[in-house]
Amino acid sequence: MSHPIKSPQFKENAHEALQDAQLQKALGKIETGAVARRRSAAEHLPEFERLRDSARDIKNHTLAHLDLYLEQYEKRVNEQGGHVHWAVTAEDMRQIVLDICKKANARIVTKGKSMIGEEVALNDFLEKNNIVPVETDLGEYIIQIRNEAPSHIIFPVLHLNKEEIEEDFRRVHTNLPVGRNIKEPAELLAEARTVLREKFLAADVGITGANFLVAETGTSLIVTNEGNGDLTQTLPKVHIVLASIEKVVPTLEDVSQMLRVLARSATGQEISIYTTFSTGPRRKEDVDGPGEYHVILLDNGRSAMLAGQFRDMLRCIRCGACMNHCPVYGAVGGHAYGWVYPGPMGAVLTPSLIGVDKAGHLPNASTFCGRCEEVCPVRIPLPKMMRHWREREFERHLSPATVRSGLKVWSFFALRPTLYGFFAGLGMNLLASLGRTKGRFRWLPLAGGWTRYRDFPVPQGETFQSRWKNRQRAEKKP
Amino acid sequence: MAAETGSRPRVGLFATCLVDLIRPSIGFASAKLIEDSGCTVEVPLQTCCGQPAFNSGDRKTTRAMAEQMIEAFEPYDYIVVPSGSCAGMIKMHYPELFAGDPAWMPRVEALCRRVFELMSFLVDVRKLDRVNAIYEGTVTYHDSCSGLRELGVKAQPRKLLSGITGLNIAEMKDSDVCCGFGGTFCVKYAEISNAIVEKKVENIAATGAPTLLAGDLGCLMNMAGKLQRLQKPVAVRHVAELLAGMGNEPAIGEPAKASSK
Repeated sequence: MSHPIKSPQFKENAHEALQDAQLQKALGKIETGAVARRRSAAEHLPEFERLRDSARDIKNHTLAHLDLYLEQYEKRVNEQGGHVHWAVTAEDMRQIVLDICKKANARIVTKGKSMIGEEVALNDFLEKNNIVPVETDLGEYIIQIRNEAPSHIIFPVLHLNKEEIEEDFRRVHTNLPVGRNIKEPAELLAEARTVLREKFLAADVGITGANFLVAETGTSLIVTNEGNGDLTQTLPKVHIVLASIEKVVPTLEDVSQMLRVLARSATGQEISIYTTFSTGPRRKEDVDGPGEYHVILLDNGRSAMLAGQFRDMLRCIRCGACMNHCPVYGAVGGHAYGWVYPGPMGAVLTPSLIGVDKAGHLPNASTFCGRCEEVCPVRIPLPKMMRHWREREFERHLSPATVRSGLKVWSFFALRPTLYGFFAGLGMNLLASLGRTKGRFRWLPLAGGWTRYRDFPVPQGETFQSRWKNRQRAEKKP
Repeated sequence: MAAETGSRPRVGLFATCLVDLIRPSIGFASAKLIEDSGCTVEVPLQTCCGQPAFNSGDRKTTRAMAEQMIEAFEPYDYIVVPSGSCAGMIKMHYPELFAGDPAWMPRVEALCRRVFELMSFLVDVRKLDRVNAIYEGTVTYHDSCSGLRELGVKAQPRKLLSGITGLNIAEMKDSDVCCGFGGTFCVKYAEISNAIVEKKVENIAATGAPTLLAGDLGCLMNMAGKLQRLQKPVAVRHVAELLAGMGNEPAIGEPAKASSK
């Protein structure tokens, strides 16, 4: 579904998220779930760190020759009877999809999980054009019937519990017996499978994303754990692949290296349950497969990133490890970020795609703890890139006035050490005498952000530098 | 490298602005540890490394502060900082700040090679495996993010602590997860910062340790402030204070002793 951009209201969103007990319970499981599983997977593979270097290098090499590999990829797809379409904007991509669907007289379209589909808000557009899109990834299916956006790029329903999903299924699957038992995840899964099976067979067009595109063979590749992607792309007569331009890698050998870091970083699996390669439409000797094969390659601001400070971000393989390890994501969840991509990768990517004026909070809402960079399988320096956004905001006077004036006062003194020492000594002595008996302040003027939640320690008095000087002087006197 | 005075290297102590203003005792503890490791300590006129400006996107101000910092500390054999965050700012980020500047870059690189976080200096450079301190009791240790991830400070403080007879370390769950301080983050996104530090103090309290140690005053003030607001009886100190034998002095946020008035 198309959802309005709520990134400017990040603080309000975060406030709501922090009050949501159910969401907090769900977020509390990340550390013992995805984080622990990734750690175990990494520890069990002695060459994991070297594989990360290699994955970074493969992506860097590809980005340095992106035009070459994209052209090679297009050529190979064409040779195999497929079609490549170039979409400069989200609008272009939506229109190309619609044209293909119209030509195929499509009424029902099945969809595998695709973040690009979310980025261009495809479902909403198809519905407006009287085409019914059906998400077939269980998580995406659930958020579709809830009319929500995914809250995580790998686990779209991370924010939900099974009781909520049961409620949704009962609300939407009204043709099924009211007395049925769907309390357990396995039962929910079975019901979704039954409902979706009909859709798979009825679909005129199947749309999938792509984890990678392979230039040497013209192959697109998806990894899934449910097998829904396979049914989506093999049963209908038309298969459309949605991908952004940075998804291409040179060879099948490269892909097999990337896969070794992807699943481990994302879910802690050695490899996903299904890894599906699709190369062109059904050939004469094939028993099944689509009659038409289209790949739509989306730019949507990525060429501009390629030329600038945010190029490293184009290495991202959408594993979600950065958000799993982020204390801010862990506190507020994905919806607070207000658009498609949450967490640290979203904090870097979103301003590039929708503008830093709208997404300005995102790169600021980070403690710079560096845990995202520590686990990123392609070693994207995420904190550094967030800092680059802060620099742009500062240059464009988009950062809050309180921060700017605070910095000004601070730097005025910090750049005048003697003056600084004098006033710091006076100030600290004043605070010290005010708080001597208690040891801490429960409230301080101009420090409400701090003292609303925590006590502030009373300074010991004077400054270290003045005390040190006095001690040196005292020691010199016999 | 500047000439060492005899066999005793000259160390310039960069106390950090927080220590300078809020808790000078950490500066004295650091000086004692460095002196005990066989160095002389000097404290040149200093203010701030520029990190708040750097992380707010103000490169121009950062540059000015960094130049001032480099000029003040260039004469020393080593520059030691009782903070992983400020040491990391200099060592890891100054080169980025001066990249492509042929006038400054050699000076920056020469300085950065001699900048060390205090625990790392004592263990990795001075090769200490124990310090002269007495302490009876259990402590828990929080790994501050920058020290841990930018400078690899993890084993060093634990090594020195475990060398103290009578001291027991009770590790907390997720000791390597951020406390939510994040510099200006803690006031710009106070509500989120609070949610993060709430989880942290739960993990601290769960160890049952009566003392919490860490190597960065910002993180320590954040955790101490939250523990005290929630009335959890945990004494919070910089690891240098305990290692320097000042582990029984008033902890962060505790009133000064009557006798020391």
